[in-house]
Amino acid sequence: MLRYILWRIAVMVPTLLIISALVFTIIELPPGDYFESYVAELRAQGEGVDNEQIEALRKQYGFDQPALLRYVYWVGGMLQGDFGYSFEYELPVSEVVGDRLWLTILVSFFTIIFTWIIAFPIGIYAATHQYSWGDYGLSLVGLIGIAIPNFMLALILMYFANIWFGTSIGHLMDQKYLSEPMSWEKAKSILEHIWIPVIIVGAAGTAGMIRRLRANLLDELQKQYVVTARAKGLSPTRTLLKYPLRMALNFFISDIGSILPAIISGAEITAIVLSLETTGPMLIKALQSQDMYLAGSFLMFLAFLTVIGVLISDLALAVLDPRIRLQGRSTK
Amino acid sequence: MTSPIPAPGEPLPHYVSTAPFDPYSVEVMTEEQVRVNQASQLRLMWWKFKRHKVALASGIFLAVLYAMILICEFLAPYNLHTRNMDFIYTPPQRVHFFHEGSFVGPFVYGRTMTLDLDTLKRNYQDNPADIEPVRFFCRGDSYRFWGLFENNLHLVCPAQGGQLFLLGTDRLGRDVLSRIIYGARISLTIGLLGITVSFVLGIVIGGLAGYHGGVFDLIVQRLIEVLQSIPSIPLWLSLAAIMPATWSPILIYLGITVILGLLDWTGLARAVRSKLLALREEDYVLAAQLMGARSSRIIGRHLVPGFMSHLIATATISIPGMILGETALSFLGLGLRPPITSWGILLTEARSVSVIAFYPWLLFPTIPVILVILAFNFLGDGLRDAADPYK
Repeated sequence: MLRYILWRIAVMVPTLLIISALVFTIIELPPGDYFESYVAELRAQGEGVDNEQIEALRKQYGFDQPALLRYVYWVGGMLQGDFGYSFEYELPVSEVVGDRLWLTILVSFFTIIFTWIIAFPIGIYAATHQYSWGDYGLSLVGLIGIAIPNFMLALILMYFANIWFGTSIGHLMDQKYLSEPMSWEKAKSILEHIWIPVIIVGAAGTAGMIRRLRANLLDELQKQYVVTARAKGLSPTRTLLKYPLRMALNFFISDIGSILPAIISGAEITAIVLSLETTGPMLIKALQSQDMYLAGSFLMFLAFLTVIGVLISDLALAVLDPRIRLQGRSTK
Repeated sequence: MTSPIPAPGEPLPHYVSTAPFDPYSVEVMTEEQVRVNQASQLRLMWWKFKRHKVALASGIFLAVLYAMILICEFLAPYNLHTRNMDFIYTPPQRVHFFHEGSFVGPFVYGRTMTLDLDTLKRNYQDNPADIEPVRFFCRGDSYRFWGLFENNLHLVCPAQGGQLFLLGTDRLGRDVLSRIIYGARISLTIGLLGITVSFVLGIVIGGLAGYHGGVFDLIVQRLIEVLQSIPSIPLWLSLAAIMPATWSPILIYLGITVILGLLDWTGLARAVRSKLLALREEDYVLAAQLMGARSSRIIGRHLVPGFMSHLIATATISIPGMILGETALSFLGLGLRPPITSWGILLTEARSVSVIAFYPWLLFPTIPVILVILAFNFLGDGLRDAADPYK
């Protein structure tokens, strides 16, 4: 086991290196750089442009050097905990992200809880009552959850929340709390607003989870040990919960790899429509305005979380399910 | 002494049935069984698929839709770009059959517009005196059929000098129904082209990795891990941003399909790889190797057909993701560009809350999106069940 963990961690290093190169390429690919779009924006507003100042800025951030060198600087900086400087916000990247990170984690946390609370009972019901009307109906509702584009759902729900409950449109809190420090009032306002993004972001995830839980549980329920348990007179609930459900839940663990980064990045498009103060819109905006250090470091952070998540889920699976052999090779 | 064999014509000493004897009588199969046992795999799959009624209905629905996009110029009452400046933001018109109790046939009432000078909102009233019968197989807006030749034949068109906005109009007075019909051509094909790209990549890369293993497999696995670890929307964004602004809309359209395909192949490649890992140990592969077949032939001729049906089912289920991906990209302003019109482009017009409040009919493009995605999901489910007919 220990050897396996060490081997996995050793493999992570080249993986992360490839990811960093890819992320850097992604950010470099669009033509031009931040200063070009900045100058264009200034010109469009009819302001004069101080070319010398721009050149000085370019030099300061190393934009006059070849891409390879900048890549080395960027990676080197990240290794020392320096994530670069956001041109747009004129702040170090870590400070820009920091504020929004907590709200994002809050939204994601509620979303995951919401998804599980809804998906669990429905998935179990659908599997135990296969081909019943309830199964068909719930599957259809779940599928519709997948089929509606998220941003449309967001718009519609936001509109009705405003009409029925008088919730202010957009944002995670009332406008007046936006720049205030945390207080009880602010927390209350956040709680009033958070359910809309939670439902919208959760809708698609819930639907997917119901389908997978149903499929996995159905596979387990057909196995012979379930028949044996029934024949021995175990109560139906116990027959269901003791083993089949536990086996069917393996995929929750293998999901950790994708859940971790999703918690941090949030659902970008929904967040843009709802103008939430989360990291998703920030990332999209940074990509669009080529605020490269902000976008790059954040993407890198997400990728790092994914790699960690995959490792954790692999290890957890091995611990929880003794049938999985990590070092196993094919016989030939 | 008597011979054990009786003389010809003599009765036998014991009873023997005169009925003709068929030694295989126990194994005789009914016609039905023969039919099943001799059916090809494709036929078995079709039988199994037919039993999944919802999937069958979805398949027919999608087939009709794809047939429709061939002739969308003919089906749409208006040209894609026709602007009716007198009818901006008209609500949908209702088709009536009876006027004051007497049957007239399908018709709509003409509309008069009044401008509310306080709110600057356009109000449209039905004018009961103005009856505008709907015409069928008629001459209307002219169009270039597939950009090839001029024509002006439509399935339905408004009365001469009248209007027919069954789903209302948008901010330029363009007919929403016509735009949805034209948008289907782009939205439905984008998924198919994208899945083709990802299918080819997935089979080739996954196939080579699974069959050869070794270093190539290690690299491919890391590559898949890397691609899957970067959230898809930033990847789309930056790839879409590379496409130069000078490209024609058609090139952009092709570029978007390639981007959607390029980011989707990883799942398929993984499926192919894990299947091949198991199948390559089979004896028939060894036989092919001994006969000197090249690996491309073994993969393409012997291995892939074995689980092709599974792959097709998987691909069907991932088409909706591409259609939704296009709407998301268009929503961010990085997808297709006018004059090309897709459902995603139509939905971007409905991106603010005020639209829902004042012009809710601009949300109509959501309905075909939902229906198509549901249909693809059901079809994929049915195909997946049918893919293994021996089960």
